[in-house]
Amino acid sequence: MNTRGMHVGNYLGLVHGSETRLVDALTKVSEHHGDEPDVFQTCQLLARWSRGHIEQLAPLVEKYREQRNPEPDALEKALFHGPRSGGLGLVRDLHDLWLLANEVQLCWTVLEQAAQALRDEELEGVCQNCARETKRQVKFFLTRIKQAAPQALVVAE
Amino acid sequence: MATETRDSINDIWGARTPHGPDTPWPERVDEHTTDTPERWVRGTCVLCSNGCGLDIGVRDGRIVGVRGLASDVTNKGRLGPKGLHGWQANNSEDRLRTPLIRRDGRLQEASWDEAMDLIVRRSREIVERHTSGAMGFYTSGQLFLEEYYTLAVIGKAGLGTPHMDGNTRLCTATAAAALKESFGSDGQPGAYEDLDVTDTILHVGHNIASQQTVLWARILDRLAGPNPPKLVVIDPRRTFTAEKATVHLAPRVGTNVALLNGLIRLVIEAGAVDHAFLDAHTLGYDELRRTVETYTPERVETLTGVPANELRRAGEILATTRTLVSTVLQGVYQSMQATAAAVQVNNLHLVRGLIGKPGSGILQMNGQPTAQNTRETGADGDLPGFRNWDNPEHIRQLARLWNVPFDKIPHWSPPTHAMQIWRYCETGSIKFLWIQATNPAVSLPDLGRVRRILQKEDLFVVVQDAFMTETARYADVVLPAAIWGEKTGTFTNVSRTVHISCQAVEPPGEARSDLDIFLDYARRMDFRDQDGQPLIKWHDPESTFEAWKACTRGRPCDYTGLTYEKLLAGSGIPWPVNDEHPDGTLRLYTDGVFPTSAEYAETYGQDFDTGASVTPEEYRANDPRGRALIKPAEHQEPHEVPDDEYPLWLTTGRQVYHFHTRTKTGRARALAEAAPDAFVQLSEEDAARHGIAQDDWVLVESRRGAIIERALIGNVEPGLVFVPWHYGSWDDPSRPRAANELTLTEWDPVSKQPHFKYAAVRISRYDARAALPPKGLLGRAVDAARSLVGSQDEQSTTERSEFPRPKTTQRVDG
Ligand code: SF4
Repeated sequence: MNTRGMHVGNYLGLVHGSETRLVDALTKVSEHHGDEPDVFQTCQLLARWSRGHIEQLAPLVEKYREQRNPEPDALEKALFHGPRSGGLGLVRDLHDLWLLANEVQLCWTVLEQAAQALRDEELEGVCQNCARETKRQVKFFLTRIKQAAPQALVVAE
Repeated sequence: MATETRDSINDIWGARTPHGPDTPWPERVDEHTTDTPERWVRGTCVLCSNGCGLDIGVRDGRIVGVRGLASDVTNKGRLGPKGLHGWQANNSEDRLRTPLIRRDGRLQEASWDEAMDLIVRRSREIVERHTSGAMGFYTSGQLFLEEYYTLAVIGKAGLGTPHMDGNTRLCTATAAAALKESFGSDGQPGAYEDLDVTDTILHVGHNIASQQTVLWARILDRLAGPNPPKLVVIDPRRTFTAEKATVHLAPRVGTNVALLNGLIRLVIEAGAVDHAFLDAHTLGYDELRRTVETYTPERVETLTGVPANELRRAGEILATTRTLVSTVLQGVYQSMQATAAAVQVNNLHLVRGLIGKPGSGILQMNGQPTAQNTRETGADGDLPGFRNWDNPEHIRQLARLWNVPFDKIPHWSPPTHAMQIWRYCETGSIKFLWIQATNPAVSLPDLGRVRRILQKEDLFVVVQDAFMTETARYADVVLPAAIWGEKTGTFTNVSRTVHISCQAVEPPGEARSDLDIFLDYARRMDFRDQDGQPLIKWHDPESTFEAWKACTRGRPCDYTGLTYEKLLAGSGIPWPVNDEHPDGTLRLYTDGVFPTSAEYAETYGQDFDTGASVTPEEYRANDPRGRALIKPAEHQEPHEVPDDEYPLWLTTGRQVYHFHTRTKTGRARALAEAAPDAFVQLSEEDAARHGIAQDDWVLVESRRGAIIERALIGNVEPGLVFVPWHYGSWDDPSRPRAANELTLTEWDPVSKQPHFKYAAVRISRYDARAALPPKGLLGRAVDAARSLVGSQDEQSTTERSEFPRPKTTQRVDG
């Protein structure tokens, strides 16, 4: 077996798991906060993006033989405590999503670095595409958190 | 003696005064009076966003008519049916004359002192206990600039609440958002005058013939003259506008981005791109080119239903024309991907370099007459003077101007948009909602929800209006307001043209102008600046206007060169008006420099799909420094699509004879009779499939609610039904008929404008006697059916002769 990039599989497993957790958390948050139509719609959309990322991973997994990584499950338990109700609950849920998405973002960065060292353009391309969308996910969470936080923290319901 | 120079009900646009591109638009003075005026007072029509100049005829202290102002650049004397008849609402017997306070569950007459004391007491208590974040304001597109500015200062520097928006969120928010995203700031690049000389006009989701009838007359005069322009119309229905089109494209609702991408692709393919302009004045073209590449006519046909060869015909016109004026309205703004689609129209002009030149401009239209001013003054979820909430220097400018601490002004995120304000009311964190001159109980989506919110025990509702609207019925306090003709103020139309409209008569009873009400509130609340002086230093319309001018200095909407005197001289004047442009500015961006520099821009932009804000740091890193921004978008499927349960598309819209929820036009007899009731328009195929005949009662249901309407068959694509949204219950409580019982609570991620233009519905023939729906499920429908049965007694409820027929020879669905 070619040992070049032997730990790439490990990280592919990590990002695969993290994206899966993110899809799961996005779905839960979107359904739970169905009365916030923008949160509902946008989280559904962002979940579709992450599902797309997982599809793009498929050929790479083949190539680098993904090692399933149990870490993301633990990570979700650590990062995602929702979904919760009310204005403050929404902020907390979005807060957790932001953390999860940042984990995904970091995975893509690590993999992209490896892809460059491996001169693997396919991997590099996927990392860049996915990272671009992950960044947009992070920015949405941040924008929505900033909008919701003052009302949730300062004004009683 | 009464005069009526023309029959505008049957001949909506009046006699042609044809002209070609080389001769000016001729004058034609329209007049309608019911008695000989003793004097004429300068006014401006407030019944659509066109802003036609007029004089108000007065006799014995009453308005007796209007006549168009021949010298005004906007209309050259013309008035449409609403302008000629709508003033009669002022004289209605059922105007509100005294304040009302809810006592023992009933609204009862009160004095101004009692009403204002109560409002002030509640304001103080709520701010004390919950902070000013519990205070919300929902204003209008109907007040005057001076009123909005005063309200904005009260909200932002007096109370310090971020929760202020207008119903302009429903009509014009996307216009502002699209202009900001492309050009860095609000402000129409073009002018109406461009229509007089252009070769091609593109109307996107804009039924101009019905909405701005005088502006359409302006186009009809070109079409009747030498070298007429070509007309490309994008609209899912065969409207009056579409009837005149050179090419009419009828896409499925919610697919505008796909269609526009297809058109841009054709323009690029034809080699019609102005590369010199793009290189010198824009950023982002390459990404647009890459994005639209896949939108071939065939793919666009699949996505939108528009035949590929029709798209090619339109593409050829847009690729070859030497000049182009585009107008955009609700078919884009109230539909899926609203901002993204409106921006593609901007992109089309940028790609062709057709902007800032005679005959080439963009009119991202407004729905309401004074919507532009809600945007300018920041009464609508913007900051005054097109300032950027994310630019601390802009906040400092306001803090200096108002002499308040920097942190008094909410700027931690964009001002709260209307749909979110209503959501905070629903969850209970906003506890005080002050509604002015608008009727959300008919105009917001999903009315069942709106009624529930208005009735909440822990929400104190103030309604300021001229009539007992559907909304006012839910108020804790009702304040009687003076309206157009009873107060003085200024406002600005789509063409950036500022008009003055003067007080001609006294308001009825104890009614007061909105400005006086706000000034009184500010006085009683004792808002102070940081030197202990009163925060609001003005006391009447003209002194407010002077204060506003100071707020606009150096900003794109610069009013500093305007005075009331100048505005009374005989015509509206387009801003900016300042030392450099003392007579106003016909069109913007003639030098290809756009207000995008980081220091000056009104926004740093948002993600079209998510609404995520671009941070100041990111924006500064690629500071466009005066270049326009080309932002592409991929097509996205609408959120609710027809399925087995709800198999049809519903779209909603307007009629020639009415404005908004008919609070005024429904009280002008000729207008009310011309369009007396709502209806559901459906295709022959769908009618046959459901066994529905012309004028049958039809039950229209969505996941949100149900309405009952008469059937109007034809002139619409199979699979689509149309209901005009003007009709509430004030003049006919017998059945649920407001289109917004059915619509969706969701909105565009960027402009936050709700999606009124599509929802999935089902229809069935409705026999009121046989088909009483189970109680609880359709509570209002049951009541409705009872009253229909009751009023029609032994007759069949599908009796076709016993209801008011539209008194007009024109189509009511045009
Ligand atoms: S076009 Fe608009 S502004 Fe002009 S008269 Fe008609 S309603 Fe009034």
